[in-house]
Amino acid sequence: MIGLQHYLVVAAALFALGVLGLLTRRNAVHVLMSIELILNSANVNLVAFSRYAAGNLGGQVFAVFVIVVAASEVAVALAIVLTLYRLRRTPNLDDADILKG
Amino acid sequence: MSGEAVVFWLFASLTVASAAVVVLSRTLIYSAFALLATFFGVAGLYVLLGADFLAATQLLIYVGGILVLLLFGVMLTHKIYDLDLRTETTQIASGLIVAGGLFVILAALALKTEWPGVARVPAPTTAGIGRLFLGDYLLPFEAASVLLLVALMGAAMIVRRRRDA
Repeated sequence: MIGLQHYLVVAAALFALGVLGLLTRRNAVHVLMSIELILNSANVNLVAFSRYAAGNLGGQVFAVFVIVVAASEVAVALAIVLTLYRLRRTPNLDDADILKG
Repeated sequence: MSGEAVVFWLFASLTVASAAVVVLSRTLIYSAFALLATFFGVAGLYVLLGADFLAATQLLIYVGGILVLLLFGVMLTHKIYDLDLRTETTQIASGLIVAGGLFVILAALALKTEWPGVARVPAPTTAGIGRLFLGDYLLPFEAASVLLLVALMGAAMIVRRRRDA
């Protein structure tokens, strides 16, 4: 019988993989993909709670808001990455150190 | 095993395996296409959870919008004739420790806790979500529309080439 715990463990695995990518990748686009994994894991959690624990649709409404935030986040972040690439000819985050004192 | 369990394990393994490819693959374009499989797997989990509207939204916005945007990012930050789209990795040991520890803690928490069980009977959700958006969640809904507008204008402003520069 599939229950709430199964979905929570899958979401935890997605979250941990996203954190791993966030910490170990140097390419900015790769880091953005990892952030999408983390947001998706939060969404799985919200929908699973909406189905098994809360008994109403509130979790799904919040998941829609998370999707909206993810869409605007990726648009602005890619604009920043492209500007950085035009400025420094590299997508590596370690090279974005011109603010360093 | 019931049919639901078979489908759940299918989508769960698809999601986690392709997410692992996204993170661990050294070629950026492989990661982007593995992300496609991850989004499909999550959409399948939504269907299993009785969230039909969200599954469709996931496919439309994530696969149709965000993934295409990320592919543009891959293409524009690498020269197309540069076939070697490899990315570097740093801090692999400490990253593995942090991510593994997080997974163990979160999974143990999920398995050990006694969750209150008020299961929702699966039913079409679109009408209910629409009523919630225009009722209880009207203010966040309007704020989200302003957020989208600001994000689009901000993105266009940031990438604009300045004439004077």
